[in-house]
Amino acid sequence: MDIELQHIHKHFGPVHANNDISLSFRGGRIVGILGENGAGKSTLMKILSGFQPMDGGEIRINGARAAYTGPQAAIRHGIGMLQQDPLDVAAFTVLENFIYGQAGGLTLKRREGRARLEQICRRFGFSLEADTPIAQLSIGQRQQLEIVRLLSQGVKTLILDEPTTGISAEQKTILFNALRDLAARDGMCILLVSHKLEDVIALCDEVAVLRGGRLVGTRDMPATTGELVAMMFGQELPPQTRQPLNLEGAETVLALENLTLRGKRVIVENLSLRVRAGEIVGLAGLDGSGQEMLLRACVGLLKPVSGRVIVGGETLTGAPYRTFLARVVAFGAAGRLEEGLVAGLTLTEHIALVTETGALVDWSRARCHTQERLRQYNVRGRPESRVETLSGGNQQRLLMALMPACPLLMALEQPTRGLDVDSARWIWQQLLARRANGTAILFSSAELDELTAYSDRILVFYAGRIFEIPDASRASVDELGRLIGGHFDGAAGA
Amino acid sequence: MKTRSLPLQIGLIVVPVALALLLTALLILAVGADPLAVFQTVWEGATRDSRSFGQVVNFWMPLTLVGVGLIVTFTAGLWNIGVEGQMVMGAVFATWAALSLDLPQPLLVAVEILLALLGGGLWAALVGVLKTRLGVHEIFGGVALNALANVLLIYLISGPWQPPEGGSVRGTPPFPDAAIPTFLSDTFKVSLVAILIVLAAAVAVVLALRGTRWGLELKATGKNARSALLLGVPTRRAAMSAFIVCGALAGVAGLYRVLFTFVSASLRPGVSGGIGFLGVLVVLLVAVRPLGVPLVTFIFALVLGGSARLQIALGLDASLAGVLQGSLVLIVLLFNGLRGRLAAREEITEAAAHE
Amino acid sequence: MNEELIRTLNSIVASATPLVIASIGETITERAGVVNLSLDGSIILSAMVGFVAALASGSPLVGVLAAMFIGALIALIVAFGGITLRQDQVAVGFVLTLLAADLAQFLGQSYSRIPGPQVLNTSLPLLEQIPVIGPVFFRQSIFVYISYLLVFGAWYWLFRTRPGLAHRAVGERPETAFARGARVNLLRYLYTGLGGALVGLAGAAYSLSVKAGWSTPPSMAGDGWIALAIVIFGGWHPFRVVLGAYLFAGLRVLANIIQRTPDVSIPVVLLNGVPWALMIVTLLLVSGGTVERLVRVLPRPAQKWTRNFLRSDPPAALGTRFEPE
Repeated sequence: MDIELQHIHKHFGPVHANNDISLSFRGGRIVGILGENGAGKSTLMKILSGFQPMDGGEIRINGARAAYTGPQAAIRHGIGMLQQDPLDVAAFTVLENFIYGQAGGLTLKRREGRARLEQICRRFGFSLEADTPIAQLSIGQRQQLEIVRLLSQGVKTLILDEPTTGISAEQKTILFNALRDLAARDGMCILLVSHKLEDVIALCDEVAVLRGGRLVGTRDMPATTGELVAMMFGQELPPQTRQPLNLEGAETVLALENLTLRGKRVIVENLSLRVRAGEIVGLAGLDGSGQEMLLRACVGLLKPVSGRVIVGGETLTGAPYRTFLARVVAFGAAGRLEEGLVAGLTLTEHIALVTETGALVDWSRARCHTQERLRQYNVRGRPESRVETLSGGNQQRLLMALMPACPLLMALEQPTRGLDVDSARWIWQQLLARRANGTAILFSSAELDELTAYSDRILVFYAGRIFEIPDASRASVDELGRLIGGHFDGAAGA
Repeated sequence: MKTRSLPLQIGLIVVPVALALLLTALLILAVGADPLAVFQTVWEGATRDSRSFGQVVNFWMPLTLVGVGLIVTFTAGLWNIGVEGQMVMGAVFATWAALSLDLPQPLLVAVEILLALLGGGLWAALVGVLKTRLGVHEIFGGVALNALANVLLIYLISGPWQPPEGGSVRGTPPFPDAAIPTFLSDTFKVSLVAILIVLAAAVAVVLALRGTRWGLELKATGKNARSALLLGVPTRRAAMSAFIVCGALAGVAGLYRVLFTFVSASLRPGVSGGIGFLGVLVVLLVAVRPLGVPLVTFIFALVLGGSARLQIALGLDASLAGVLQGSLVLIVLLFNGLRGRLAAREEITEAAAHE
Repeated sequence: MNEELIRTLNSIVASATPLVIASIGETITERAGVVNLSLDGSIILSAMVGFVAALASGSPLVGVLAAMFIGALIALIVAFGGITLRQDQVAVGFVLTLLAADLAQFLGQSYSRIPGPQVLNTSLPLLEQIPVIGPVFFRQSIFVYISYLLVFGAWYWLFRTRPGLAHRAVGERPETAFARGARVNLLRYLYTGLGGALVGLAGAAYSLSVKAGWSTPPSMAGDGWIALAIVIFGGWHPFRVVLGAYLFAGLRVLANIIQRTPDVSIPVVLLNGVPWALMIVTLLLVSGGTVERLVRVLPRPAQKWTRNFLRSDPPAALGTRFEPE
């Protein structure tokens, strides 16, 4: 099926997220939609798939004007979108999720649904067990389920939003094979939204590049990474340079001895680790493979079942988080407004929470501290504003401002998640500066290139098992992708 | 936030009040009475003489204590529905002292206050432990502990503490004179000391919320306990302290009720008299802003004091006061929502106008 | 089997029925993601209105319909305040519970303690002949039979039908429900109103059958809170909810029997505290922390079973708002 977007406009408040975008897609082709964060690519795809109404322009399907509202109506027009966080229901089983949304009578007709589910899964080599609760699936499996459901609903155009974030190399191969097959054999139109150039190069027949809400241009593949980067950013970015590091004689600031951690789905057993001052350890792995548990255990938010946690030579096993804080350990969680900032409190109140430690609060002093720190950390916001009015990048910088200036150890969950390139670079400048002062950093990330770019060592987690890459500078993104899928056997390393 | 024109501001206060009065009037008509006569009776019942105004003050004081206490728990994001039971336990603890200690007056009253603080605080601490350690939501823990406090109260009155003349559920024997603070006069049965203590407690709590780290920690815990914890706030301790402070104030309010509500001071069934729940309504009405509390509690006390005469004068149930107060708070909540929707719509049109 | 025992069991089923109906109603509401905290007041007001309407019309059916209307009306105010006006559902529900109770007392004062119509027991032919089960379950009032249908109906609807999938999805993850074509807020209004109507039905079951008549203070005061706790104890699942309701009613009947036993020295008034103590204990038992603590001390084979049996996870989007777009 052929789709034409004509003069699409979309505003969010003062932001012109889509500015007069005209594009056309033909069946049988895989098209990459490229652009950095905030370029407007997700917005455009949400408009096409009915998740958001447009402010102006029109959509033509096979030459005829199509007007629809809502994702379900878009599916009836043959357009379905797979969200980055698949839109399913955690409390449902695979089968219930598959059936939900499909036409049918009052009853569920489980047997029919099961047969149809298995049939489509078989075709693509997807491994989905009908009675498994969604809560027990990996992101990759949940994506597979969404694809199967959309196909079963007769979708002819499939949009995928950043589908390779958080899935293993093996799942990526299965996904890409399925997409190629759908384009070639069924003549489907596949739209891949991504900022990962290697994926686009591997899969796409053509690309459309967006920047600042406008269409920069389209081109047929193949193209080199450099050419694509130039289209995305308007110039080629200098490669990141690694700073040489000398850890000789550095003290051990964190030692874990035979640590066993138990989470809801994963158990990490018998983990021993030493981190020296100034060292950066990256934690790789699919969501929920145990890396978050390790970060939380290092700061006292998760009590180990057995083993010891030693910070700065002092055994703190089982001590509360506040004791760790007092030993100058900092923790940053992935969800900024869920775990980090307090929506409803002003910037000054936040700073007062970390600077005003006496029984009485001196608000004028707290205000001075706030202005100072906002300047120092480049936070654009007024002291009396509430934190939820700040942009994501400013929130992340405020979080940095709330952390101690020279911590012994920082444990950070996905420190640059959802940030644009500039903000992410700024955060890493800050982190590298602290590391130069002797702070040890443990961080997790779903971005493999971030892990290889900044880590000295990488620990790869798979279902609670851990594989260590002692020299991260020699690790490649491909190798890391295979490791997070659990292929530890053939890999070189410790 | 934009500033709004004064007439609009006044309208947002006057209209809900008028609607609540109108609704109440319709209900009065529905039971075949004359609304004007009812409102007049309530007004006269509250202001006729010093005796009746004394009654209003004696509703006002405990309601203010409870309201201020609930400001503390609401600031910490907690629904302390258990405040009724905390009043009862404060009254029970203090009654023990009044009935069994032989002390001179100021000392005995001081001991009563201490025990009221303790009783209310302990009962609230139970809700707190259930909430913070055992995962039982404070609304359910509170409701259950309210009922249990009342069961204990009835048991004490009908058993160990019943008057010598025999079993009744009317109340304990009257307190000895040494257990009761001195009234201003025989017709104005109000104690100056009691009023000063209530006001001092209220002011202290409000100042503490504004200017101490404790107040800041409560606020952070109430808005987002998880983030607060990560920023170094001991959130469990904050929640426990909020419960205990509120419970202690409620306990004193319970004692106040015992001492000043009835013709003679004694512990009786229904000592909390719905004052605790009414306090929750007050705090919802003022949207957790402490300065609004004394004003709203005064108006509610007028209505409460005045409607006591409804049964005698017009044969109407005094629950009419609750109907008026409840519908006022409901309408104000709905109005707040309406205002929010209007503001959101204005912002959208404004954003469109900026194009 | 002992006739005394059968009579006791029969009275447990009868007295549990309003709790069953109210907590199934609240289960339906909360499964759609809305908390209706007004149950206690709703039940009281609808009991009063049901009684008065039945008295005035001479028809218990009119009474039942009036009670259901009141229950639905109050629930829809919660929905209006919580969904359309974006206020805290708990706050609106709490205000309504107080207001409704006061309204019942004020409007119902002249109907207190007067005789009125009552729904009598009707035995179900054939079914009542089954030994033990018949006399316990099928010699009851129509309210009891309705409660059986409601339990099975609610379960079938939620777990065996397509609209039931949408119903649950709206309470678990409204974004997904929206993406699959559900009109989230409309469904929430619908199930809140429906659940409220059942709460009203529970009120009528009190004033027309279980505790026939109307009195001030109302004899069923507090039961709405217990019904709310039963929904949590029941893990938002109709079958577990009904078990919870029978447990509470059973304990109450037991307390009554103990009161009547001459040589027991427990003061009578203290027995009134039993259901409330039970409420705390049951909620404590199903809270996540307790379950995990319990599971850890158990032998491995019993762990999974215990967790599945006791765990009680609320609908993930309970009490939250959803704005399409």
